[in-house]
Amino acid sequence: MSNDILIVAEIRENNLKKVSLEVLGAGQEIARKLGGTVVALVLGNGVTGFVAEMEQAGAAKVFLADSPALAEYSPTTFTQVIVKLVKETNPAAIFFGSTAYGRDLAPRVAARLKAGVASDCTGIEVADGRLLFTRPIYAGKAITQVKLKSDPQIATIRPNIYPIPQAETGRNVPIEKLEVNVFPGQAVTKAILKPETQELDVAEADIIVSGGRGLKGPENFAILRELADALGGAVGASRAAVDAGWIPHAHQVGQTGKTVNPSLYVACGISGAVQHQAGMRTSRVIVAINKDPESPIFKLATYGIVGDLFEVVPALTAEVKKLHGS
Amino acid sequence: MNIVVCIKQVPDTASKIVVRDGQIDESGLTWILNPYDEYAVEEALRIKEKRGGKVTLVSLGPSRVLDTIKSTLALGADEAFHLNDPAFEQGDPYTTALVLVAALRKIPYDLIWCGWKGVDGDYGLTGIYLADMLDLPHVSFVVKQEIAADGKSAVVEKEIEGGREQVEVSLPAVFTAQKGLNEPRYASLKGIMAVKRKTILEWSLKDLDLTPDQVGSIGALTEVVNISSPQARQEGRILTGSPPEVAAELVRLLHEEAKVI
Repeated sequence: MSNDILIVAEIRENNLKKVSLEVLGAGQEIARKLGGTVVALVLGNGVTGFVAEMEQAGAAKVFLADSPALAEYSPTTFTQVIVKLVKETNPAAIFFGSTAYGRDLAPRVAARLKAGVASDCTGIEVADGRLLFTRPIYAGKAITQVKLKSDPQIATIRPNIYPIPQAETGRNVPIEKLEVNVFPGQAVTKAILKPETQELDVAEADIIVSGGRGLKGPENFAILRELADALGGAVGASRAAVDAGWIPHAHQVGQTGKTVNPSLYVACGISGAVQHQAGMRTSRVIVAINKDPESPIFKLATYGIVGDLFEVVPALTAEVKKLHGS
Repeated sequence: MNIVVCIKQVPDTASKIVVRDGQIDESGLTWILNPYDEYAVEEALRIKEKRGGKVTLVSLGPSRVLDTIKSTLALGADEAFHLNDPAFEQGDPYTTALVLVAALRKIPYDLIWCGWKGVDGDYGLTGIYLADMLDLPHVSFVVKQEIAADGKSAVVEKEIEGGREQVEVSLPAVFTAQKGLNEPRYASLKGIMAVKRKTILEWSLKDLDLTPDQVGSIGALTEVVNISSPQARQEGRILTGSPPEVAAELVRLLHEEAKVI
């Protein structure tokens, strides 16, 4: 087994996901402690252009699997490429971003290799030559540290935890092209369907403006959208708002929604039930706007405003626009 | 169509999780069917209602799990297998999948459903592990499915960041359910009464032809080193004044003090 860490880059619709760079940064930090290097795998069809990005972000070597056979995503075909590379290079660990892609692929790869997975990690340390993973459980109501007894040590890493490494041009690292020889998948992504208005996903956003029961109806999410747009953020929601049918589930933050950790989380008309708190309590700055001063959300808030969100939020939007000079 | 749903009993999402002596204190917890499994069960029932067939539940866990099995049978599932053996305790997603697979090899299926993750351990692995162990394709985060008339394939939509993927999959397969798939039903009185007449079979390690070293903490690939409570957040402050005043003050603080905008 080597001391290298393999990063699987996520490319969707001809875009390298930001989390892949974060994961590369994490891999670099951990590999250094293990006395190894971080290597990256870029796989897909027509993805050669992303090799440079992984190189500039710090990969010591980039493996490239560029093939029409990988044009459509299928967990089993992508797994074949990854498992073959792992068997040839024996990395100490494999890191994926904790996204729909990483969380779909990592367990399939792990099953092939009879390996455990530390999913959705928020921290990784090295202890006695093994990786020690920090993972929230119960959506963050408790925190565990886990070790994996199997090799390679496989983890998915939550977005927005590790910084993106500074890009460095002029690096010249080895690039190895892999021969892609895969069986066709039995579950194949044929199309990506997107809502008409493309919105930033809460799991990927650095600023989130969330609404709950206090919004009183679906139409009032427009007020939050204006603030989110002014801030360049995404719109989130509590379970109450989602279960009432005011906004699709993709927006839900909490134990049966997404766990987020943006720089700024603005909770509007959200009381702060434990299952919601679980999903957002690690946000760096939390703003709570609620009529009820007794709402549990105020216990988490960095800044609290006791007041009517229908007055406060538009005033905030105006101030943010003023700040940004628009 | 034979549909198997793997279900898990978890603490209610409204529960406070108390860590005592490095362990989750289970004494005050209320146990429920894992929310994502609820969507899986509901979808399985809808498929059965449309196409005919049978919905079989499989659940691994100690005796308390029986309550959840019964309340899920009350929704309309036909039969259940309870995988219960002291040797299974302290396992991880890998050993869970291994035990479920041992059971699934003895149960006929055309489609297997799981919730995409348990809201307790938050691993999100078991369904995909067992798909691979059974050499079946899988689709995760399923929010919509349409099975072909011949029952040999399906077109499925899965939730991804910012949209959905449309997946074509051959059956049998494993689907893991995401919220948004459906609106789960409540049990009817008739459904609750019918539970008495339904079979719940208990299978132990021996029944599943497994050995103690394959399961539980010995077979587990994950070792939990410690469990702790999350750090308390620093106390914040309440801003007071008229809406324009607090808005101006908040934006100033976010910009100058917190430096997040």
